[in-house]
Amino acid sequence: MSSEATNVQATSVALPHETHQEAHHGHHHETFISKYIFSQDHKMIGKQFLITGMFWALLGGFFSVIFRLQLGFPDARFPWMEELLGQWAKGGQLQPEAYYALVTMHGTVLVFFVLTAGLSGTFSNILIPLQVGARDMASPFMNMLSYWFFFTASIVMISSIFVQTGPFSGGWTAYPPLSALGDASPGSKVGMDLWLISMALFVVSSLLGGLNYIATVLNMRTKGMTMTRLPLTIWAFFFTAVLGVLSFPVLFSGFILLIFDRHFGTSFYLSDIFINGQALPNEGGSAILYQHLFWFLGHPEVYIILLPAMGMVSEILSVNSRKPIFGYMAMVGSLFAIAILAFLVWAHHMFVTGLNPFLGAFFVLLTLLIAVPSAIKVFNWITTIWKGNLRFTPGMLFALGFVSLFISGGLTGIFLGNSALDIHLHDTYFVIAHFHIVMGVASMFGMFAGIYHWFPKMYGRYLNNTLGYIHFWATIIGAYLIFWPMHYEGLAGMPRRYYKFDIWESFKQFGELNVFISVVSIIVFLVQILFLINFFYSIFKGRKVTSQNPWGANTLEWTTPINPGHGNWEGEIPEVYRWAYDYGKDGKEYIPQTTPVSADESKH
Amino acid sequence: MTTTTYLVIAAAVLVFVVIFQIAKASEYVSVLKGEEQARKQSNKINAALLLGFMIFGLIGVWYCNKILYKQTLFPQGSASVEGEKIDEMLWITIAVTGVVFIITQVLLFYFAWKYQEKEGRTSYYFPHNNKLEVIWTVVPAIALTVLVVFGLKFWFQITSDAPKGAMTVEIVGKQFGWIMRYPGKDGKFGKTYFRNINDEQNNSLGQIWDDQANFDDVVTTQTMYIVKGRPVKLIIGSRDVIHDVGLSHFRMKMDAVPGIPTTLWFTPKYTTKEMKQRTGNPDFLYEISCDQMCGNGHYSMKGIIEVVTQEEFDLWMAKQKPNYYVAFPDKDPSAQPAVPAADTTQRAIAAANF
Repeated sequence: MSSEATNVQATSVALPHETHQEAHHGHHHETFISKYIFSQDHKMIGKQFLITGMFWALLGGFFSVIFRLQLGFPDARFPWMEELLGQWAKGGQLQPEAYYALVTMHGTVLVFFVLTAGLSGTFSNILIPLQVGARDMASPFMNMLSYWFFFTASIVMISSIFVQTGPFSGGWTAYPPLSALGDASPGSKVGMDLWLISMALFVVSSLLGGLNYIATVLNMRTKGMTMTRLPLTIWAFFFTAVLGVLSFPVLFSGFILLIFDRHFGTSFYLSDIFINGQALPNEGGSAILYQHLFWFLGHPEVYIILLPAMGMVSEILSVNSRKPIFGYMAMVGSLFAIAILAFLVWAHHMFVTGLNPFLGAFFVLLTLLIAVPSAIKVFNWITTIWKGNLRFTPGMLFALGFVSLFISGGLTGIFLGNSALDIHLHDTYFVIAHFHIVMGVASMFGMFAGIYHWFPKMYGRYLNNTLGYIHFWATIIGAYLIFWPMHYEGLAGMPRRYYKFDIWESFKQFGELNVFISVVSIIVFLVQILFLINFFYSIFKGRKVTSQNPWGANTLEWTTPINPGHGNWEGEIPEVYRWAYDYGKDGKEYIPQTTPVSADESKH
Repeated sequence: MTTTTYLVIAAAVLVFVVIFQIAKASEYVSVLKGEEQARKQSNKINAALLLGFMIFGLIGVWYCNKILYKQTLFPQGSASVEGEKIDEMLWITIAVTGVVFIITQVLLFYFAWKYQEKEGRTSYYFPHNNKLEVIWTVVPAIALTVLVVFGLKFWFQITSDAPKGAMTVEIVGKQFGWIMRYPGKDGKFGKTYFRNINDEQNNSLGQIWDDQANFDDVVTTQTMYIVKGRPVKLIIGSRDVIHDVGLSHFRMKMDAVPGIPTTLWFTPKYTTKEMKQRTGNPDFLYEISCDQMCGNGHYSMKGIIEVVTQEEFDLWMAKQKPNYYVAFPDKDPSAQPAVPAADTTQRAIAAANF
């Protein structure tokens, strides 16, 4: 694989390298609009993704605070809530339709807008050209479109919150018939149309971005940057983009069929339905078909969320351990294995839909198989810090936190992937705990690690360290306090997406625990606001970065000026002579990728 | 907004400002002290905190289990014979993953603390080691194979065909409640068609009255009676959106999908009365929880399963009136005021109207 890649790049890289240098000269006179709004600079687009993602994270997090108040204090009255939400919180009590709308929006927003666009959108944009040694993306214009499609999707999604019948409220997975029939739920009326339009725009954004990332990684690496010399961040972004490009269209097709069922009288998902006092004409459709189409994206989606975090964590752990990442090829191989397996496990979300048990068996096997590359990654990360010389920057702490959360949440995946156990645990709080830890919080930790680590590159300033430490410790302790006890609720069979539990003899024993979880989640939410304050304050007033390479890292982004312009490098793009992980080699603390291999250097 | 709200907001803002000012000040202090010096100090503190987090975290895991384990369903054990296999699978999985959890978390945090930056230490250049990597590919693969083998063994046992002689009950979900149907003396369910559903005419399942097998089918709502020790097969359907028959005490769960019937079967081990004693909860009920998001009333979509002895079941069944006679009272041979059956009739009507 490596020699093949070398040949390809040797012929393909020389050209864009030269042409871009020419193009670079045309970019000097930038207006406010071309620099900050319709920017084609990958770094600015990355920042746009990040800040839009932060807005959504704040909103999505706030939604969860509101519905956690309901779950923790089902009998309390909050007059301010009525001020804020009007009839959704009549008498200060959140209404079921509002609860379900908030739960649905929280899921949709966090999964797609924050952890897909905000994470991979941000860091793929900022890091791919900088770390492969390119002046910009393969198509800066398409890249700009990618952001603006995301922005439009955001506008449409926000507008759905303000329609009279409310936003979509049938869960972020949007299973029909509930999502197909306005008679089944008020949220499935116009709110669902807006949801579908927004998601369709989002898919377009994701495809434009993804194709660009793939093209850039394959074609625009600088001289000497063979595929096997790429930092693991880039490998992770690359596989993420491939996953997105192959799976988002399937989701899109699922949505198209849903739109047809909703408006044009087709019966793709509908059959034998009697609702609102009358039988519908639809016969012969399968509601389960949608679930296959949805999860064919839905499962790769969790890796679309997780892989960028894995890549950044690998890089940050290595830099701050002053030690090479352990098992580089195994790390690339396991990313590849995860990317392949991600397409072969989707039906593990559907073990109790009446799926053929024989078919289910294959999905059990393949699902548990994915634990092998995941385990390799964990062991490699642990070995990376072993005998290192660890610097606990906030980025490093979040990277370590990521590994801890990934272990905790990954192991509970082994429970749920085993169909026999899934019968009991499916759709309970055990699932909530599992995916929040492994996908939600862990990826968020990867994102925070990335922000703290690359903030100096993005803005030429540092984030405040003390606030960073407070942020880390409050968040990791809070995350475990919130989600660890939820496993027990799940073991008791407590179903997810319940507005309250008082009528249930089987589930009402967790009242006190729900109060505890709600209180902790509010505290954790406030701490995230502290982080946002730190972020925006530091953009303008943070301590200035004074050296080009503040972390002593090997990768190419630290060879650019402290505040790189559009085009990244002044003069030639540097040439690469080695992999990105020569830390502590031959007694040298670090050897940047741009340093030629000297004759007396030891081999590895 | 009330004054309290303003006060709370003001207090929150104040706390933020204070934390922020402290953080800013600490940055100035670190600049004064020399950044390198300050960095080394915070490095030590964070390393110690990481180790402390691990120790207190593991104690927390133990404590959490201590206070919450008794609130789960596992101290009382599975209420169905088949569910025991799921409990067994759970213990096997906890054992395997528990070992991995403790080893990996301890190593992660211990190494972080042990290898914190120290003056004069250089990191060990250790880019790869094929032997190690093969070991930790093969060992997890073996452990997972064990889990897959046990898991699939139980999975195929649980999803196998119900034993002959199992009782069958149909259960149909609708927003937001459950309808149950028993096949009656002939042991056969009559055919249904969703266009025949008519709640006003007491035909909540769309029974086709041309089919004679329908004449003795008994339809009830919300509460299902089944027999202790006798396997029961549920035929699951839905009238509108997807629901899910969640039977956490029996460790069973299956979606109710409109247009696509599904099944599950299990053998109840204890009557409801026995469970009241076993759990020490006089209000104990086997509850059917809808486990698939089905609309705004999802959280209230509850059904009940009464597990009784065969004699109690026969007595109860004898009191039930076939739905045919509920729909066509004039054809009822037991003539006018049928006192014992009135209860069910009322309930069926009530259900049809809500």
